[in-house]
Amino acid sequence: MAEQRVQWFKFASPPNFYDLAGRLAPWFGGLAAILFVVGLYVGFVLAPPDYQQGNSYRIMFIHVPTAWMSMFLYVLMAVYAAIGLIWRVKTAEVMAKAIAPTGALFTFLALWTGALWGKPTWGTYWVWDARLTSELILLFLYLGYMALHAAIEDRQRAANASAILALAGVVNVPIIYFSVVWWNTLHQGASITVTSAPTMETVMFSALMLMTFACWMYAIAVVLWRARLELLERERRAAWVLERMGEKA
Amino acid sequence: MIEFLAMGGHGPYVWGSYGVALVVLVAELVLLSRRRTAMNRRLARLARLNRENGAEPSPDS
Repeated sequence: MAEQRVQWFKFASPPNFYDLAGRLAPWFGGLAAILFVVGLYVGFVLAPPDYQQGNSYRIMFIHVPTAWMSMFLYVLMAVYAAIGLIWRVKTAEVMAKAIAPTGALFTFLALWTGALWGKPTWGTYWVWDARLTSELILLFLYLGYMALHAAIEDRQRAANASAILALAGVVNVPIIYFSVVWWNTLHQGASITVTSAPTMETVMFSALMLMTFACWMYAIAVVLWRARLELLERERRAAWVLERMGEKA
Repeated sequence: MIEFLAMGGHGPYVWGSYGVALVVLVAELVLLSRRRTAMNRRLARLARLNRENGAEPSPDS
């Protein structure tokens, strides 16, 4: 147990985190590229048109993964923000800040692709349905978190204030997820749950899973990359940064 | 090929979704890469200043 704690703190130290993230990020990036190519091939070439929706259902392969990511990343961001707030772990603060832009981006894509899927299937780009509205609030939470971080000059106060905002916003995530159960509106319920078999063809399900893993790998790579830059920025006068820059020069 | 791009009349919706996703993800990568270039330049300048002064970096440099 004692040894595990030492290990954990070892990777939480900025120079170790910086080096480890630098070694891991390219692997996640490479995996993301491969998974995107395979996922798109299965989704566009192998999967047949849907008997009801025709080809518009193929938007699902980008809509559902981005929507899942928007919620996962928010929770992850809040967890890191909490670790930073409670235990003052610098790398956790950096990770929370690094997740926000990618989370906002996936939220935007979920809304955008949802609108373009809504038009041919529902006949409208937008409706103030509970699922759509709560997902829009998620986008504002991400943007608010980033704006708050940028607005406060003192780094520690910025991290604390935005961490509290991130934690308060977590309440929105179950609202998004269960909105289709709690309110009976236009957006359909979940086709895939942990407790039952998916209600779709295996080939479609495979494409969806491949694209989901691709989005995960992409998000991990980009967040690690951004976290490294964030660390360099914060620690630019620390000896470990100067050492690494000296090696490069 | 034309038939594939048409997506049975749903082309604009399907390609509008994937096209914007591609643009947004690539834009994020480009922005990050530019930020890294700017950061490297800044750190190189800091390192040079430190060498020239021959001193430990001061907290307000």
